[in-house]
Amino acid sequence: MNAESVATWVGALLTLMIFSFLYRDNAFYKFAEHLFVGVSAAYWMVQGFWQQIIPNLMAKLFPRQFESVVEAARGAAPEYIYAIPLLLGLILLCRLIPSIAWISRWSMAFIIGYTAGTNLPRYLVSDFMIQVEKTLSTPLWNPQATHWLDSVMFFVSGLVIVGGVVCGLIYFFFSKEHTGAFGRASRAGIWVLMVAFGASFGYTVMARISLLIGRISFLRDWIESVFT
Amino acid sequence: MSVLERLGSLDRRWIFLLIAVAVTIPLLLERPAPTPPSPIVQNLYDAIDALPPGSKLLMSLDFGPSTVPENDPMARGVTRHALSKDLKLYLMTIWATGPPLIASLMEEVVDAEFPDKVYGVDYLNLGYKVGNQGAIQALTSDFKGQYTADVGRGQMHPSRPIDQIPMMDDVRAIRDFDFIVGIGSGFPGLKEWVQFAGDPEDVPVGGGVTAVEAPLLYPYYPQQLAGLMGGLLGAAEYEAALTADFPRFEGPGQQAQIRMFPQTVAHLVIVAFVVLGNISYFATKRRTGR
Repeated sequence: MNAESVATWVGALLTLMIFSFLYRDNAFYKFAEHLFVGVSAAYWMVQGFWQQIIPNLMAKLFPRQFESVVEAARGAAPEYIYAIPLLLGLILLCRLIPSIAWISRWSMAFIIGYTAGTNLPRYLVSDFMIQVEKTLSTPLWNPQATHWLDSVMFFVSGLVIVGGVVCGLIYFFFSKEHTGAFGRASRAGIWVLMVAFGASFGYTVMARISLLIGRISFLRDWIESVFT
Repeated sequence: MSVLERLGSLDRRWIFLLIAVAVTIPLLLERPAPTPPSPIVQNLYDAIDALPPGSKLLMSLDFGPSTVPENDPMARGVTRHALSKDLKLYLMTIWATGPPLIASLMEEVVDAEFPDKVYGVDYLNLGYKVGNQGAIQALTSDFKGQYTADVGRGQMHPSRPIDQIPMMDDVRAIRDFDFIVGIGSGFPGLKEWVQFAGDPEDVPVGGGVTAVEAPLLYPYYPQQLAGLMGGLLGAAEYEAALTADFPRFEGPGQQAQIRMFPQTVAHLVIVAFVVLGNISYFATKRRTGR
């Protein structure tokens, strides 16, 4: 019995423990669930420590002390500017001490400000400006279509895209009463949204079945390994 | 109570059992389902296929063990395709769970099916970079400043400073790559590659995501995404396109296609229950007059 077969057995038994919930809640399921949460948290913490704290902070501040574990620190000079993120990180930990928890708001402000500053331009360009430009320039005619039906379908698809976007946006415009033509467009927008949510839900079902297939495939391989 | 009405109050554990049977029996048969590539997957395939030999393809494996059934066939398909086309394959990840997946990809696909490919010359493991979208943004300006060394591969190929690796000679930033493939299952993932690398640096981006995330990425196609594999179906379609051009991958390169058979059967069972549930609902409503 080698390490790989032990890992397979542990994985198979934990899978069966999780599946036991389908019959009813029980101690085996609870154990497996808590084990999963604990191991996940520990794994991410260890990864964060060795992939971020050590090479990107400690090795930058004290390269000679960490050159045995961080290749890039060998012969490098200390970069004392990294004392600022070290200080901000320590301030963030003040959150755990109720009497001085308020100090951590400064670090939180820095994090939120930096994230907003880097994300806002990218979201504005990629998710807004380019999307608006491409939607409004949706072609309604395909010059490369060889059959009249292809041209009709292309035209209808373009109308659905542009019309669907406009009607969907109209639904969320609450500064005007949804009556008359505006109300009809809003109703059409609701239908577009419902179809989109339905498609998204269908994809979610497909994803969950795919993961189930993966687990059952794993269990099949485990059972095969037991009998061979 | 009629049969139809009893269906409406069926213990859901029977449904769980039927779904399990619907998945298990087709899976044991191991027959690949026919999955002709859809335009969105075919476009991704064609975009990678059009790259000339020697082109640099950066593939980021941004997923964990929980979505391996969906994402791993995508990564394997693109790896087979890239190495068959003699592209330079750069492997990296911005998920902490990525490194073991890169290692198994190299072991089970590259070593097993491309023994002539040389580490450091044909493919390279850059490893995990923490920082989410910040890491991607840093790579756009100073790639070697972020990746100062590769991960290496055991004793034969120990980790080396990045400047000593021939594959990295003319790589200074993200824009030096010819194509970026993101295989992801959430944040950070393909969306961030589009926003922080593809759009600002004008590098073609494509990839695959889980079926849950696919609807969020369809708006990026085709202007901001060259193509997209959505879920297991997308992976199966890519495999179909790949095996049509490279028949040697039939068998080992058809895992997603084999899994589409139980997927289809399970969907049919779900549809049947939805229909029966609705029939039961309306039958009960008619009987009670409510």
